[in-house]
Amino acid sequence: MTLALEILNLYVTRGNNRILNNLSVSIETGTITGLPGPSGSGKSTIMRSIVGVGRIDSGTIDVLGLPAGSPLARQKIGYLTQTPSIYFDLTVEQNLKYFSTILGAPPQRVAQAIAEVSLERYNKSLVRNLSGGQVSRVSLAIALLARPEILILDEPTVGLDPVLRDDLWSLFETLRQNGTTLLISSHVMDEAKRCQRILLIREGEILSDASPETLENQTGNHGLDSAFLTLIRQGEKHGYKPYPSNS
Amino acid sequence: MAISRTLATAKRVLLQLRNDIRTVILMIAVPSVLMTLLRYAFDHQIQVFQSSGPMLLALFPFTVMFVIASIAMLRERSSGTLERLLSTPIAKAEILIGYAIAFGTAAILQVGIAIVVSTSILGLKISGSLAMLVLIALLDALLGMSLGLFLSAFANTEFQAVQFLPAFVLPQLLLGGLLIPRDQMASVLRLLSDVLPLSYALDAVARIASAQPWDHNLTIDLVVISLAIPLSLLLGAATLRRRTD
Repeated sequence: MTLALEILNLYVTRGNNRILNNLSVSIETGTITGLPGPSGSGKSTIMRSIVGVGRIDSGTIDVLGLPAGSPLARQKIGYLTQTPSIYFDLTVEQNLKYFSTILGAPPQRVAQAIAEVSLERYNKSLVRNLSGGQVSRVSLAIALLARPEILILDEPTVGLDPVLRDDLWSLFETLRQNGTTLLISSHVMDEAKRCQRILLIREGEILSDASPETLENQTGNHGLDSAFLTLIRQGEKHGYKPYPSNS
Repeated sequence: MAISRTLATAKRVLLQLRNDIRTVILMIAVPSVLMTLLRYAFDHQIQVFQSSGPMLLALFPFTVMFVIASIAMLRERSSGTLERLLSTPIAKAEILIGYAIAFGTAAILQVGIAIVVSTSILGLKISGSLAMLVLIALLDALLGMSLGLFLSAFANTEFQAVQFLPAFVLPQLLLGGLLIPRDQMASVLRLLSDVLPLSYALDAVARIASAQPWDHNLTIDLVVISLAIPLSLLLGAATLRRRTD
């Protein structure tokens, strides 16, 4: 199998805080990898490093064999930031049309992407008049626009009702079957079940790297929520502090 | 550089302006209202209106584009849209030139209407070339915009960005020759005036309005303004870091 992402010995510090500590991980194409867990664990930092907008201290990141952040690598990635990054003083359609030109996506993708996030009715609405969940779906539609080979989605389902969440995960699964590689962070533990692989990150290091089934089996089949709790508790016994002194 | 991405960015910035009708009305109406005020404030000294009117016409686009550009770029930064743009194949130059085209277009509209109102209704006499006056006003707008884009990198909040108007524009106005002729200033102030780009813009407008023959002074003015624009755009590009904390 070919590698979509290869991270080797990644170190990131912000001020005096070490955010990522010698992180190495490879992700194969056509998979969904979940990054669950609380905020502050380094999920967004990993994602920003892969996309090429986060400053790193050392280490290498390859995106389909290209250095992360290089113009060619930027063409392969669709990125959803954690807070919706769209123009609030433009309509839904104006936002998508602008980004479709920037990303070089065919014009017909604008309507398709709007339909993929179920916002057809709000086509001509100014983003500032939409609800929070709708705004984040506009932001997601832009990440989907150019049908990128790799999708980096930071909390794509936050603030959405269960039906919409389910629809989006079905969309992610369809994309995966067509060969897209997805890296998705979420604080909803249930969503981790829909990934092939779960990376649990704690204080900048990988605490666990397994499929959802393996995770549940290892920890006594009490659901993923309790699996994470068990793993984190076990980790603490081996020297992890529950509350890092430097934050 | 891809021309399509540059033009799409210009169109996007203009759409943002157009979707905000009140901003458009203010942008277009305020210069004409101020020119009317100036005209009637000096109703009995009409020569003051005739001499400082053209300078004011060149000042509006500089000031307005400075503020709007710095706030617009600050919003791109704080809303995360700049980060998103920088994660796409777009080049920094495409963003900045897109901005320049959009704000240049808005400035031509603004100055064009102010000139029509000033010359046809208020009786302002422009002895020199009107086209040159519009050209210099456009250069002023681009200068204000590029300085605004550059300085916005040093503002973390919109409160700070708005303070840059009195901090950076008013000194240039005081020393630019609008209030006191530059050759009557104390030598230190004169030197300061010499390094501020707006001085050359105001000087050029005064020369054109009074129909002085083209001489090397006007050439120097135009060269300095034309060089100051790419210089501050380059400084602005340097503040657009693709990888940030």
